[in-house]
Amino acid sequence: MPIDILMPALSPTMEEGKLSKWVKKVGDAVKSGDVIAEIETDKATMEVEAVDEGTLSEILVAEGTEGVKVNTPIAKITGEGEDAVGGPKPDSAATASAPKSPAAPEQGEKPATPENSEKTVSGVPAAPATQPLADPDLPANVEYVTMTVREALRDAMAEEMRRDGNVFVMGEEVAEYQGAYKITQGLLQEFGARRVVDTPITEHGFAGLGVGAAFSGLRPIVEFMTFNFAMQAIDHIINSAAKTLYMSGGQLGCPIVFRGPNGAAARVGAQHSQDYAAWYSQIPGLKVIQPYSAADAKGLLKAAIRDPNPVVFLENEILYGQTFQVPKVDDLVLPIGKARVHRKGKDVTIVSFGIGMTYAVKAAEELAGMEIDAEIIDLRTIRPMDIATVVDSVKKTGRVVTVEEGFPQSGVGSEIAYQIMANAFDYLDAPVGRVTGKDVPMPYAANLEKLALPNVAEVIAAVKAVTYTA
Amino acid sequence: MAVRPPSEKRQGASAATDKARTTDDPKIADFTKDEELKAYSDMLLIRRFEEKAGQMYGMGLIGGFCHLYIGQEAVVVGMQMCIVEGQDQVITGYRDHGHMLACGMDAKGVMAELTGRRGGYSKGKGGSMHMFSREKQFFGGHGIVGAQVSLGTGLGFANKYRETDHVSLTYMGDGAANQGQVYESFNMAQLWKLPVVYIIENNRYAMGTSVSRASAQTDFSKRGVSFGIPGEQVDGMDVRAVKAAGERAVKHCREGHGPFILEMQTYRYRGHSMSDPAKYRTKDEVSRMRTEHDPIEQVRARVLERGWASEDELKDIDKDVRAVVAEAADFATHDSEPDVAELWTDILL
Repeated sequence: MPIDILMPALSPTMEEGKLSKWVKKVGDAVKSGDVIAEIETDKATMEVEAVDEGTLSEILVAEGTEGVKVNTPIAKITGEGEDAVGGPKPDSAATASAPKSPAAPEQGEKPATPENSEKTVSGVPAAPATQPLADPDLPANVEYVTMTVREALRDAMAEEMRRDGNVFVMGEEVAEYQGAYKITQGLLQEFGARRVVDTPITEHGFAGLGVGAAFSGLRPIVEFMTFNFAMQAIDHIINSAAKTLYMSGGQLGCPIVFRGPNGAAARVGAQHSQDYAAWYSQIPGLKVIQPYSAADAKGLLKAAIRDPNPVVFLENEILYGQTFQVPKVDDLVLPIGKARVHRKGKDVTIVSFGIGMTYAVKAAEELAGMEIDAEIIDLRTIRPMDIATVVDSVKKTGRVVTVEEGFPQSGVGSEIAYQIMANAFDYLDAPVGRVTGKDVPMPYAANLEKLALPNVAEVIAAVKAVTYTA
Repeated sequence: MAVRPPSEKRQGASAATDKARTTDDPKIADFTKDEELKAYSDMLLIRRFEEKAGQMYGMGLIGGFCHLYIGQEAVVVGMQMCIVEGQDQVITGYRDHGHMLACGMDAKGVMAELTGRRGGYSKGKGGSMHMFSREKQFFGGHGIVGAQVSLGTGLGFANKYRETDHVSLTYMGDGAANQGQVYESFNMAQLWKLPVVYIIENNRYAMGTSVSRASAQTDFSKRGVSFGIPGEQVDGMDVRAVKAAGERAVKHCREGHGPFILEMQTYRYRGHSMSDPAKYRTKDEVSRMRTEHDPIEQVRARVLERGWASEDELKDIDKDVRAVVAEAADFATHDSEPDVAELWTDILL
């Protein structure tokens, strides 16, 4: 049986074209790769190469014909020795009509109609619901120790490196210098240069190198001296680390932690002062954590290192030196994706995370003196976001203010506001209030920088606005 | 001011011609009969697979981007002969179907991924540029030009960390070789003596831009000079030359001497992607490469000349290969699309 040669589509959008020239004539022998015709689209003239071998036995569409629909038979090839071959028909697909082309003639063997195409059009399946775990119960008589966030982060890494030989830390100045912010202090001495790796100043390269190592099953902790520099590496964080599990159909996970200080420090100017929580929180395939307290920093960093997924762990230089009470337990691992009620209250909910919590906490103390009892929720994890805890609180208070240092547009507060609207609209007694960094690059001058950042007074003003007590 | 590079002619047309030899090169070890026939069959599989993919693209069965490897087959087939399948890692960019087949991945699974069906290597969720196989140690399939170079360096880092003698074969094109992260990776690889063979597949055109229009240093084997990484230019149309150079490079890596760069001088017959009319080169240039330097024809000529197989026996190989490809095409055409529930799976572990 002769094989039909079909009018090919030369791009996903092409529906028809002009058969401008026949390069082969009837009776010509044709080999794989031979150019048999030229086709003109609105964009270009393309050559049609033969896939099948044999003799061009018939030309069905004359040279110069315009508007030839894709998948129309344009010629026939009689295969060489086709009767002699006992195996599968060499080219059943060649005679098939493509499912996507409405103009495809009904002939030959028809490919299976994709069985789910109707369902896809009529309704997107719902996203599966996930239930975050609760914090582990601590022993009733647990002892607390005073610890800085810096020490908590270092202990978390050291404990996990002792536990799992696949965990290593790499980054600029993490080893011999003991960390630009001393987060990796002592790690080189304990674990050696094989597992505490000083890199050149080469964020794009070492982030990619870390992801490649993670693909092969190691568990890298990639320290960025600050997350501002991670913009050089963001392609690997998003395109390589976050998306590969999906693109591989679940074959290739990427157990990696990207960590380092994020957000404004003090007087370091626009390029070194930015909060990336909202940026990374947009990306499916990433987990994004921004802890406030030392206990959360420790418990969540340990969880991040153990997590089989890529985790962006956003720290803050100003918090590094602050002290908190950390429970003295052997293995403090906290659940990623679970918010923490930092202060119970009944009049208003303040939702914050990371250094934003410092404003929230001080504001709540002052508000207490004004007889406004604020509940504070520390998100801890930005993605996946524990919106249920926020909604539960809003159902009680009816009023919400979000606090973050990041830019306002498409910020974390914007997302929280939408989620509350969608999930607790009927419980709201006032529009959601939002306190953010100002919509300007960070200025250097001390007075301007202060103005660009959120402050306690702004949080109080926002609370007064949503409680109509201004 | 437009400056016409003085080396246009040499790089544009005859650089590989000068190197490509169909007659026996004294420096290149002959293949045994088995090696020749294996190379022939493996290269033919890639050729026929890609021709079929092109045809199915034309029928609307394959969507989006589809970058064919036709003409470059000797590179992956020769390199694969230097490594241990399933042990040493392979990673490449977006022109990746040939690499997968060379790694031993199943033609059905690759073709079904091209058609976006559930039996594809990535369940239909990756597409032409994104397939992986842990079993075969194939790490993709990456769509961002040059990204695979840092990733492949990380695979080499992991080999060294684990104290194995495994090697990462990290492929890139002449276009990717101008990306910054390539040099960041070269620096770290040599600094830490990582076992990575960087294979620069110089097919002379980064999409529509010829090497001499995009590269200040067109000898890609020298791209590691400032880091002290040794490099070689190789006739990438001669599978024996590829294997000989590949073996030197892999040995260098396995013995702990660090990375090695191989510039494979090769040629892609088809456009950059399916919708590329390839106006940036002459038809004569393409047809000269096809008739004078075709990697498969070179093997075929040697096999016939030495009487290692008859025309009929080679035809039988061709029939077997066509059967594999036809089965793959048939499977990829009739397999179902992924279940809609797959929309939400494989995002997090």
